[in-house]
Amino acid sequence: MLKILVVGGSSAIAHEAARHFAADGGSLFLVDIDAEKLDAVAADLRTRGAAKVETHVLDVTAIDQHQAMLDAAIASLDGLDAVLIAYGTLGKQEESQADVSVALREMNINLISVIALLTIVANHFEAQKRGCIAAISSVAGDRGRQSNYVYGTAKAGVSAFMQGLRNRLAKSGVSVVTIKPGMVDTPMTAHMKKTPLFSKPHVVGKAIYDGMRQGRGVVYAPWYWRFVMLIIRNIPEPIFKRMSL
Amino acid sequence: MHSANVTKRYESWGRYPKPEHAAVEHMRWCHDPPDFATLDHTVLPFGYGRSYGDSCLNNGGILLDITELRRLIDFDAEKGIIRCEAGITLAELLDFIVPHGWFLPVTPGTKFISIGGAIANDVHGKNHHVDGTFGCHVTQFELLRSSGEHLICSPQENSELYRATIGGLGLTGIITWAEFTLKPILSAYVDMERIRFGNLEEFFALADESAEDYIYTVGWLDCLSQGKNFGRGLYTRGNHHDPPLDAVINDIQAKPKITLPIDFPNFAINTLTVKAFNEVYYRSQLSKIIRGVVHYDPFFYPLDVANDWNRLYGKRGFMQYQCVVPYKDSLEPIKEIIRRIGVSGQGSPLVVFKIFGDVESPGMLSFPRPGVTLALDFPNNGQRTLTLLEDLDRIVRESGGAKYPAKDAHMSFESFEISYPNWQEFAQHIDPMFSSSFWRRMMAGREQIC
Ligand SMILES: Cc1cc2nc3c(=O)[nH]c(=O)nc-3n(C[C@H](O)[C@H](O)[C@H](O)COP(=O)(O)OP(=O)(O)OC[C@H]3O[C@@H](n4cnc5c(N)ncnc54)[C@H](O)[C@@H]3O)c2cc1C
Ligand SMILES: NC(=O)c1ccc[n+]([C@@H]2O[C@H](COP(=O)([O-])OP(=O)(O)OC[C@H]3O[C@@H](n4cnc5c(N)ncnc54)[C@H](OP(=O)(O)O)[C@@H]3O)[C@@H](O)[C@H]2O)c1
Repeated sequence: MLKILVVGGSSAIAHEAARHFAADGGSLFLVDIDAEKLDAVAADLRTRGAAKVETHVLDVTAIDQHQAMLDAAIASLDGLDAVLIAYGTLGKQEESQADVSVALREMNINLISVIALLTIVANHFEAQKRGCIAAISSVAGDRGRQSNYVYGTAKAGVSAFMQGLRNRLAKSGVSVVTIKPGMVDTPMTAHMKKTPLFSKPHVVGKAIYDGMRQGRGVVYAPWYWRFVMLIIRNIPEPIFKRMSL
Repeated sequence: MHSANVTKRYESWGRYPKPEHAAVEHMRWCHDPPDFATLDHTVLPFGYGRSYGDSCLNNGGILLDITELRRLIDFDAEKGIIRCEAGITLAELLDFIVPHGWFLPVTPGTKFISIGGAIANDVHGKNHHVDGTFGCHVTQFELLRSSGEHLICSPQENSELYRATIGGLGLTGIITWAEFTLKPILSAYVDMERIRFGNLEEFFALADESAEDYIYTVGWLDCLSQGKNFGRGLYTRGNHHDPPLDAVINDIQAKPKITLPIDFPNFAINTLTVKAFNEVYYRSQLSKIIRGVVHYDPFFYPLDVANDWNRLYGKRGFMQYQCVVPYKDSLEPIKEIIRRIGVSGQGSPLVVFKIFGDVESPGMLSFPRPGVTLALDFPNNGQRTLTLLEDLDRIVRESGGAKYPAKDAHMSFESFEISYPNWQEFAQHIDPMFSSSFWRRMMAGREQIC
C-alpha cells in the first residue's frame, strides 16, 4: 500500500484526500504546524483504515528543517511513494498591498518554502526513479487579479515550478501532479461569503486522490474550472484590466 | 446524494419561526472552542437544523455550528463501539460502519442529522419498543462548558450531566465527541412486510403481534377517513436481513435486488389538500400484505431522496406535531386526536403512528415513554393552526401524555411541565451561557424559578 507524506496534513482539503488513501490501507506521515489538529486528523485516518499514521509538527517556513522532516518521514514509513504539499495561507490582499513585509511573508509560505520542499523531494524521487509529487496550487495562479494577486503570484510560481519538474522527472518515472482548486469552503475561506461557485472539500479531495493515482499532470478541481479558467485567461488584457475580478 | 453533501441553513426544518441570529460561529476542532469570555450573547450548538420548531434556534443570540467536527476517533470493529466527533452525520457514519457489518443502534427518519443532535434530542426510531432511544446506547461523551471545562460524561462519571445532556436540547454545553454501541448486521438489507389495517383496533393487534418478532415497526395512518374507514392505514415491520450463506459482506452496500415502492411521504407533501390521495394510497396496496427485501436507505430514510422537501411548504413554513399518549387504559384520547385532525382538514393526510416501549432512557428530558406516538405536518395557517394544535395539546395533557420539543414551535409551558415534570432538576444543569428560542419561550415569566 502507498506510503504518503502530506505536508499541510491538517488542511481541510488534504484531509479529504487522505481519507481515501487511508481507506485503501495506506500509510501516512502528516506534517503541519499544530500538534492538536494533527492528532485529530491522525485519529480519523487510523480509524478509517490507514496502516500507519505518524505526525510531525513543523512550521514550513523553517526551511533548514525540511531535510530532517523528509528523512523522518522516509524512516518512519520505511520508504516513500508519494508526497502531497497542501499547506498555505490566504492573506488579505489589502494588507499585502499596504505592507511589503506582509506580501513577502505570504510569498515565503506559499511559494519559497514550497520550492525548497519540492527541490529535496524531487531529488529523492529522481534518485529512486519512481514516486508521485503533488502540490496544491490554485486557479488564482492562472491569471493575476486585483482581488488576490499576491497569493495568485505565489500559486503561479508553484504551477510553473511544478511544470518544470514534470518535464525534468518524466524520464525518471516520477509523476508530478499540479492541483488547481477553484474556491473551496474550508477554514481558509471562512471569512468569504459562500456563493454557488464554492465547492466542498471532499470533492476536491477525491479529485486529488484520483489525480495522484492516475499520475495526471494538471488537475482542476472540480473539473469545470479548467474551462472557466480557459475563458478567463483568454480575455484580452485591455478588457481584463477594466474588469473588477 | 453524497453523504457529505447535506444542505444546511441556519433555520429549523419547519422554517417557522424565522430567527435572526446575532452571529453564527464555527467550531472546527474539539480542542478549540470559541472564546466564551468575549461573547456578549447566549450560545446554542447547531447541527443540521433537522429539528422542526424553535429548539435548535437562538433568536437574537449566537448559533455555534458544530458540523465541521466530523472526524472519527476510534472504532472497535469486534465489539461494535464507535467514537466520533459530534458533528458527523448519520449518513457518513453509515457509509463507514455498514461495510464493517454494523448499523446505528437507533435511527430517526432522516440520516442527515448529527450525533450531537441525536443526543441532544435523544432521538428515537422504529425500534423504540426493543432498543429504546439513541441515548440508551451512548457510553460516554465529552461536554464542553462555557467555563472552559472539558468534562467526560458517562453513567459513572459526571452522571448527572450525562443524564441532563441526553435529551438536553443543547442547553448543557457543547458535546464535542461521543462514543456509542452499534448493532450487528449481516447485510445492508431489511426484510420488510407491509400490512393493511382497517381500523385502530387492528393496528394495536398488529403491534402486539409484531412486538416480539420485529425490531422495526411503524404505522402510517389515514386520518382523513371518518366513519367505517376511520383509523385505517398501513403497518410496516422489518428485521435486518440475513443473507444466504454465499453472500459476502463486501456486497453489503450493493443496490437492492428487490425493491418496493415506499416513497409515499413525497406524495403526502404535494397533495396536502387532496383527500382522494389517501384513498389511492391505501388502495394502491391491493393485497392485504406484501413482503420484500429492501436496502436500508428506502426502508429508514424514504424522505431523504427528496432534498429540501420542507421548502415545498413555502415561505410561511409548517409545523410538525408529535405527541405520545398512553393507550393501555383507553383508546379514546388517541381516537379523539385523530378525529380532530381529520375534521379540521388542516393536517397532512398521513400520520406516522408507532408504539413506544418501556426501555427507559437515561435522559432527564427524554421524550419517548410507553404509549402510542403520532407525528404529522401542519402547514402554517397562522392562528387557525395554533388553535387546533392547542386543542390537541389539551387532550394530550389530560391523557397524561407528552409533547416532543424537537418538533415543537407552539406548546404552552403547561404542556411542557406536564410532559417533563422534572424540568427543574434539569434546569440546574443548563450552562449559564447557553439558551435557545424554545427555552426562553418556555421560561417566559419564570426566570425566577430556575
Ligand atoms: C425527515 C425527518 C424525520 C425525522 N424523524 C425523526 C424520528 O423518527 N425520530 C426522532 O426522534 N426525530 C426525528 N426527526 C428529528 C431529528 O432527528 C432531530 O431534530 C435531530 O435532533 C436533528 O439533529 P440535527 O443534527 O439536525 O440538530 P439540530 O436540529 O441542528 O439541533 C437539535 C438540537 O441538538 C442540539 N445540538 C446539536 N449539536 C449539538 C452538540 N454538538 N452539542 C450539544 N447540543 C447539540 C441543538 O442545540 C438543538 O437543541 C426527524 C427530522 C426530519 C427532518
Ligand atoms: N480553500 C480554497 O478556496 C482554496 C482554493 C485553491 C487552493 N487552495 C489551496 O489548498 C491548500 C489547502 O488549503 P485549505 O483550503 O484546505 O485550507 P486550510 O484547511 O486552512 O489548510 C491550510 C493548512 O496549512 C497550515 N499552515 C499554514 N501555515 C503553515 C506553516 N507556516 N507551516 C505549516 N503549516 C501551515 C494550516 O495550519 P493552521 O490552520 O493550524 O494554521 C492549515 O492546516 C492550500 O495550499 C490552499 O492555498 C485552497
